[in-house]
Amino acid sequence: MSDAAVETRELSVRYGGVLAVNNVSFALRDRELRCLIGPNGAGKSTFFKSVTGQVRGGQASGRVLIRGQDVFGWPTHRIVRLGIGVKTQVPSVMSGLTVEENLWLSARRTLGRQGADAAVDEVVAELGLEGFARRQVGELAHGQRQLAEIGVVLANKPWLVLLDEPAAGITSQETERLVAIIRRINRTAALIVVDHDMHFVRMLDATITVFHQGSILVEGRTADVLADARVREVYLGSRAR
Amino acid sequence: MTGSGFGVGRLRWHWFAAFAAALLLLPLVSETNTPTLLAIWALFALSLGLMWGYAGLLSFGHAAYFGLGAYTYAIASFNIGESTAPLLLALLVPALVAAIIGAMMFYGRISDVYLGVMTLVVTLILNRFMNATAGDAYRIGNARLGGFNGIPAFPTLNVPGDPGEQIYGTPYYYVVVICLLGAYLLARWILASSFGRALVGIRENELRMELIGYDVPALKTLIFSVSAAMAGLAGCLFANWAEIVTPSVFSLGQSAEVIIWVIVGGLGTLIGPMLGAAVLGSLKIALGSQTTVDNSLVLGAILILVVLLIPRGFAPALVAWRRRFASAQAHRRQARGTRRRHVVIRDADA
Repeated sequence: MSDAAVETRELSVRYGGVLAVNNVSFALRDRELRCLIGPNGAGKSTFFKSVTGQVRGGQASGRVLIRGQDVFGWPTHRIVRLGIGVKTQVPSVMSGLTVEENLWLSARRTLGRQGADAAVDEVVAELGLEGFARRQVGELAHGQRQLAEIGVVLANKPWLVLLDEPAAGITSQETERLVAIIRRINRTAALIVVDHDMHFVRMLDATITVFHQGSILVEGRTADVLADARVREVYLGSRAR
Repeated sequence: MTGSGFGVGRLRWHWFAAFAAALLLLPLVSETNTPTLLAIWALFALSLGLMWGYAGLLSFGHAAYFGLGAYTYAIASFNIGESTAPLLLALLVPALVAAIIGAMMFYGRISDVYLGVMTLVVTLILNRFMNATAGDAYRIGNARLGGFNGIPAFPTLNVPGDPGEQIYGTPYYYVVVICLLGAYLLARWILASSFGRALVGIRENELRMELIGYDVPALKTLIFSVSAAMAGLAGCLFANWAEIVTPSVFSLGQSAEVIIWVIVGGLGTLIGPMLGAAVLGSLKIALGSQTTVDNSLVLGAILILVVLLIPRGFAPALVAWRRRFASAQAHRRQARGTRRRHVVIRDADA
């Protein structure tokens, strides 16, 4: 029985002739913070999707264990109901609804009507969304929308949070704030963060897993990974300097 | 949650009471045959408006459930006699059929375009099938399906428990109006519930709703089924009004018309589809009495004009105009107040 928050065993995903995820065995402990990095097309987002049952139109094989429970083949809603919050690569929010309404829908499913109202207030205060909580998400700037989506992820109190490129397109000031938010989330939840922004990844200072051509290339602490010659060759190049 | 309503305004009971009173008092000043038909069409439009406007599910073949309601009632009333059970079956059968078709479509994750095509195909199949049931072999119990000629002379609605006491004329109008008002209140209740809010969420972003744990196919199947039950009720009431059921209830025209009523009246509202059905239905009836202009041509022209000039439909446009008017009046009052204060200050200075 696995005691990891999430574990994959020999997970593979194939889209036609392309092997997007190749035999990946991965484990994340409870309350661990992990960054996934790698070049475009390395399979990070597909890996994310396969953990949460979102692989459609592709062939997946292997095992996905969430706190020891094999969820491979489960529909997405059943997997996330175990207590998982997911932020997608392209912000996925209800654009025609207000930030509060987005948060409420997220909180309502786990906390009931009364609990949802309280959770909305809590998340709005925690993420500092007061200035635009009653505005439609579709009207917001990109950074505000990213924050709103993180709010949606947090509103149903997950213990495992998957954030796909949360720092994409946000200002350096917003990045600093995001790092603080992630650290706060990490007090109660395990996190996997996928991002390309090496400045942001360094600020998080977590264990890093590097993906390359659908497989795990290397795994380790930030400084070690960034100094690794293979990582420099396939991904970082000049970014490491 | 405080302050917001997921794009669904609060029910203003005084407006609802005034609307209900106007409908209930109408027989004092008018005949009831045409208003009965208009109210039935309004109920049919409401059924599609609820599903399409709030859950984002467009059915190109909603007439399938309208027709199923009509045929179910006619067949069941021939076999049972007393009308209470046939009436309930006219809701249940369309709901069940929709649940089966909906589950296949939504769990099969077909996209919006294919949803439209599938619903259209179901209607076409039913239409073709019913047209081909002229032979004596096509009978269910005592009811002959009758092919192109349909099923005439079935026992119409009676006072519950008393098959000899049939409901027709003005009392039948009241039955239809009560069904319409009841369906409207049910739709309001659904939209105010957590289920209704989840439907709005699905309309906005299905993936996000799944990622926060909602069983999207189940919710879609449920609203598809509820909408079909409402359409079935409208079909059953139509059958009782016409006193005959023919395959034309499954026609493409019927399916297209209800879509036009919803668009013209205002998608994303409940009043809009009912308003669209009543106004365009009246126009259709008026145009039906002449032969100079083709009915479908006028309806098509109205649809094009509305889509070009007021794309959100009449009901949202009326609300926006009313808001603009109220805000302009408030500005005028404020400006007048400011001018008056200036005069007082000038007088005091003098």
